[in-house]
Amino acid sequence: MTRTVTEMDDTPAAEVMRALTLELGDEIFAIEATSVREIQDIVPVTEVPNAQAFVSGLINVRGRVVPLADLRVKFGMERRAPNADTRIVVFEITLENEPVIVGILADRVHTVTDIALSMVEQPPNVGMRWRPEFVRGIAKHDEKFIIIPNLGAIFSSTLTQPKELETEVRN
Amino acid sequence: MTQTDPSETFRQEAQDVLEQLEQSLLDLGASLDDLDLIDSAFRALHTIKGSGAMFGFTEVAEFVHEFETAFDRVRKGDTAPSDALVSVSLDAKDHIALLIAEPAAHAAAGTPILTRLRVIVGTDTPETQLAKSDDPITTTLETDARPHHNGWTIRFKLPKDALSLGANPALLLDELRELGACTVRANVDDIPTLETLDPEVCFMSWDVTLHGDCTRSAVEEVFLFVQEGMELEIAPLVTTVKDLDVEENIETAEVIDEKFNLPSKKVDTPNLPARGSSSLRVAAERLDELLDHVGELVIAQARLSQISEDSRDSSLMGVTEEIERLSAGLRDITMGIRMVPIGTLFNRFRRLVHDLSSELGKNIEFATSGEQTELDKTVIESLADPLVHIIRNAIDHGLENPEDRIAAGKQEQGTVRLAAAHEGAEVAISVSDDGAGLNVDRIRQKAEETGLITSESLITDSELNRLIFHPGFSTAKEITSVSGRGVGMDVVSRTMDALRGRIDVSSRPNNGTTVTLRLPLTLAIIDGMLVRVGCNRYSIPLSAVEECVELPAEVAENARGRNFLSIRGELVPFLRLRELFGTKEPEELHQKVVIVSTGEQRMGLVVDQILGNTQTVIKSLSRLHANIETFAGATIMGDGAVALILDVVQLMRSAQHLENRLRDEKKGQAA
Repeated sequence: MTRTVTEMDDTPAAEVMRALTLELGDEIFAIEATSVREIQDIVPVTEVPNAQAFVSGLINVRGRVVPLADLRVKFGMERRAPNADTRIVVFEITLENEPVIVGILADRVHTVTDIALSMVEQPPNVGMRWRPEFVRGIAKHDEKFIIIPNLGAIFSSTLTQPKELETEVRN
Repeated sequence: MTQTDPSETFRQEAQDVLEQLEQSLLDLGASLDDLDLIDSAFRALHTIKGSGAMFGFTEVAEFVHEFETAFDRVRKGDTAPSDALVSVSLDAKDHIALLIAEPAAHAAAGTPILTRLRVIVGTDTPETQLAKSDDPITTTLETDARPHHNGWTIRFKLPKDALSLGANPALLLDELRELGACTVRANVDDIPTLETLDPEVCFMSWDVTLHGDCTRSAVEEVFLFVQEGMELEIAPLVTTVKDLDVEENIETAEVIDEKFNLPSKKVDTPNLPARGSSSLRVAAERLDELLDHVGELVIAQARLSQISEDSRDSSLMGVTEEIERLSAGLRDITMGIRMVPIGTLFNRFRRLVHDLSSELGKNIEFATSGEQTELDKTVIESLADPLVHIIRNAIDHGLENPEDRIAAGKQEQGTVRLAAAHEGAEVAISVSDDGAGLNVDRIRQKAEETGLITSESLITDSELNRLIFHPGFSTAKEITSVSGRGVGMDVVSRTMDALRGRIDVSSRPNNGTTVTLRLPLTLAIIDGMLVRVGCNRYSIPLSAVEECVELPAEVAENARGRNFLSIRGELVPFLRLRELFGTKEPEELHQKVVIVSTGEQRMGLVVDQILGNTQTVIKSLSRLHANIETFAGATIMGDGAVALILDVVQLMRSAQHLENRLRDEKKGQAA
């Protein structure tokens, strides 16, 4: 995580991050807009039995079977049933050096905005509710705090999670 | 058409030709006096030389030249074929492969091979063969080998696209000059005016008068690679008159034509045995793309079927039915294209066995069967490595030394048998040897030493046998160059996991060992039976389904204790998918049992409802779900929703685990 922030600091060319902001619970998250492929209305989700709660579903995105993830699980938020505002953000990440298309749930999708990197701060090591490696940074934007999640770390943690633990989480 | 790099085309073709060369050489090793095989090897060498030179692989062409010369001598009977020749030629074949890959890096390594060759063939100057006259020993080729002392008049015109495909007329003429003194006249009559001239098209034709002591086929071979679509006339040179219209005096040529079954003296597309029937080389990625699209089509068609059924519009339903039929046909053809007979893979191992048997001093017969068994190309490719390891193991550890074999009352020659066969929804590939069999005691001892099992472990022999697939496990007393490091069998085991296959080992002392790899017919599109469990739908590969029965009420109520059904007097264990999947919705009153089989084992799967049959396009699950083994993939149904495909083999294993867990839980409750 520290490395990622340094990287951001080291590239003065990219002084802003074009980000898609979305709402989950009471928090606002920002994800890199360039990786986003599309934003969908909620579709029927197929539950994958015995999968981790974080990626418990599959959806059909234009003929492709795409895992649907719920960031709320990784950020310790309560899951809630989808409503009219719920959207699925489909984007591409790299897992084990291979591109993988995934979808995440959003209670509401806000907008695409430029976040000045100068406003991005490293997450505090203490006093944070979330696992620090899951947060790339916290930005102050329009008087609000925006969480920039480290999606790579979040999804990779799913790969390495041993099965036994998985069952514990589910129960 | 997409533009392809001609040298890449050469590499691909050369690979095929080299494989063919290797087969011919290995066959030749078995029957040294087979002239057809010598011919076939010669043709392969000639093809490589010619096309190598054409595409600028001069190192290859130079190296192959001497081998071509040598085989030419052999087929003319000047040199007798020998094991040594076969052996050096096999080395040469490997060297050619390296040369083609990296011409500059390997060129020097060819010299010792050529030196060996010269010793064997008895030539120190490679060019002598052309001056040699025919030899009466070869009877079948006598006509062909008889030189026409006067020479030939040759008229040739290249196909229009020859230049853009990389042919070079100057090189052809050079090759003719190698056969004898040539007078070349270019015929430019056909060249159009500049306005209509396409610079990539060859409009010229050439008349060549060749004075030399060579055969007609030698002339024809110059044009071997450009023959398709070209115009070629070869006539014997009569006295010194350079009359190209001499057509009466060609008796000899016609005799040869008949012998070689050429259509006439005017050759358009001669039937070259090396080329085989008409086939097309297609990049594998394109087939993958095609399959993707067919998959999408099948899904879209399923959706259309559903809509048309709902609409009850008879004309729409008619069209839909037709599309359904067409897409099913398209699907089958596409799947068929990807299926390759496994024989192509088997052939590769002949060389391996040949080399190992001489290296280890064991006399080995290599037998194959079921070469026609078809498997998806990607599966076949990934099987190559595991089979190498199993065969190596069979030869190094399985087969005894000749003395030991005789002492054990066996034939001196050991046999390694490679067989493939369809077994239900699986393909079984087995490697058996008639060697000493696995040493169960030694495996047990080694396993205890390495801590894999304890001396108290109650373990069956077949379980012990399976330990040889454990990483790092080796019972070999010493590490040879062939095996003993305990790595190979681990590779087998991993590959089989990736392919969702299984390994069976059976062994009888002094009778040999059989390792069987069982693979699902991993096709991208399968027929599936759609079932419902709770509110989710799942697809079961239809090939695994034997029958469907209703779950008898008394069995259903007699809850968790006895998970067995009596199917026509036979007890079949069953698995409640609701329990496995943790389904929370209330269960259907009348539950159904789908009886599935993996060939040797049967099992019932209890579901809430059977929805019917569908065509299932297998989409693999992402890495995020790779650790969930009960599913072979997912598919998209007609209504656009995703359904998971059950992996029957894995479910059998899960059933075992679940049963154990339930038993433990019950113990826990009782305590």
